[in-house]
Amino acid sequence: MRRWLLPLGLIALLLGAWQLAASTGAIANALSLEDFLVPSPAEIASSLWENRGLLAENAWVTLKEILLGILCALAVGVGMAVLMHRWRLLRDAAYPLIVASQTIPVVVIAPILVVWFGYGIGPKIFVVALFCFFPITVNALDGLRSVDPEAVKMMRSLDASRWQRFRRVEAPAALPSLFTGVKIAVVFSPIAAVFAEWVGADSGLGRLIQSDLANYQVARQFAAVVVLSGMALVLIGLTALAERRVVTWR
Amino acid sequence: MRQDTRMKPESPGSQTVAAAAPAPVAAADAISLRGVGHSYGELQTLAGIELEAPAHEVLGLVGPSGCGKSTLLELICGLQDPGAGTISVGGATSAEARLARCAFMPQRDLLLPWYSAIDNAALALRNQGLGRREARGAAAGLFERFGLAGFEAARPDELSGGMRQRVAFLRTLIAGKPALALDEPFAALDAITRAEMQEWLAAALRTDPRTVVLVTHDVEEALYLCDRVAVLSARPGRIVAELTAPHPRAADRDAAVTEADFVSAREGAMRALREGSR
Repeated sequence: MRRWLLPLGLIALLLGAWQLAASTGAIANALSLEDFLVPSPAEIASSLWENRGLLAENAWVTLKEILLGILCALAVGVGMAVLMHRWRLLRDAAYPLIVASQTIPVVVIAPILVVWFGYGIGPKIFVVALFCFFPITVNALDGLRSVDPEAVKMMRSLDASRWQRFRRVEAPAALPSLFTGVKIAVVFSPIAAVFAEWVGADSGLGRLIQSDLANYQVARQFAAVVVLSGMALVLIGLTALAERRVVTWR
Repeated sequence: MRQDTRMKPESPGSQTVAAAAPAPVAAADAISLRGVGHSYGELQTLAGIELEAPAHEVLGLVGPSGCGKSTLLELICGLQDPGAGTISVGGATSAEARLARCAFMPQRDLLLPWYSAIDNAALALRNQGLGRREARGAAAGLFERFGLAGFEAARPDELSGGMRQRVAFLRTLIAGKPALALDEPFAALDAITRAEMQEWLAAALRTDPRTVVLVTHDVEEALYLCDRVAVLSARPGRIVAELTAPHPRAADRDAAVTEADFVSAREGAMRALREGSR
């Protein structure tokens, strides 16, 4: 009860203060701006309702980019982690490269990708995957390496093949750590998607936010931000739910 | 998944599971070590180990911490190969063949938290290719026999220390191998639970005899559970004494450990331990 009431109360308080400050024109006056540049929560809410079709359409585009990007990162990241865990040589060779790849600013990569692959969904998925790949790979590898060597000996002595050792001991042991990586990836993925859209897109919430900014559609811009955050929160919630369903022993 | 180990009537796994009565003693189940030495890099951990455990004998290994007892156990059950000498388990000398004949029980119970108690116990059967239902069915009988009935579906963290250890022992037993290598199985338990578990293990080995090598730092435990006890010296570990236990696995543990011959055997072992630690 307390866990929900306190944050909800704080949100209500902040929204109330914002509503008051915006509707009386206090913020606009203080910043010497036109009133329509400082929408109140009520105005954002009504913009949200009026533009629901447009917002939903663009949210769907961004959601696809996020989900496909995370899926790609999961497939490649988990695959890499398993291979690096299996072959020490590969780990020693590839791990520094994976860390180094994280230092390449996406700000630089994204425009190049658009030049190469055009305005389609491909470059967006790539940028999201690039963001998510690192936390997923590193955490999955950490999880695999956290396995108790005594448990591996025990399994060898109980006639386990390498695959059985992986499936019955190493993979389950790595799951909590993998979920940590996925949660980080999920938190960052909307930012990555929006950024990829800013570089060049014809639809998506990021694209909508950008064009609304240019057209002084500030209320609708805020509405798009609300949808984006809501989407991110739902994704984080779903990931936590999946973790609780899968990792039942914690 | 390996198909070649799928259970056949004559495979070792089904033998145990079906065995209500002790299996016939086969001389082939003996363990023997000849001139075994081992080192980690420059550090010599074991030297000139000569040991003999006839089939269905329980051989104890005691020694000061760091004398290489656990290493010796890993060598015997084929998890490692010795640097020098030969080890034979049931006539098999290669590490791979020893691994197939000897089941290892690590120091900590290492029950897998993502499996229920019965699935943990049945792990070896699953590895040998049995389906989940058959493996559970086979383990269920042993749960009944070893005082774990009703805890089949329990998660490992819902079990007491003694019960976890029992499940871990069943997991080792159920692999159906003629030899068992037990590494300080009761070290983590409190004194009362440990005494209970010793009686429990003694009873378990009476009904289901195996050739056992038991590592422990507890001389009394070794002399109660084992037929013979080898005392190792400090590193590099050598055998400094071999004692014959007067009342191995006696039904009344409390009476056995207070008998005069038991007490004098314990004193002899302690003396050898002290001399070997110097």
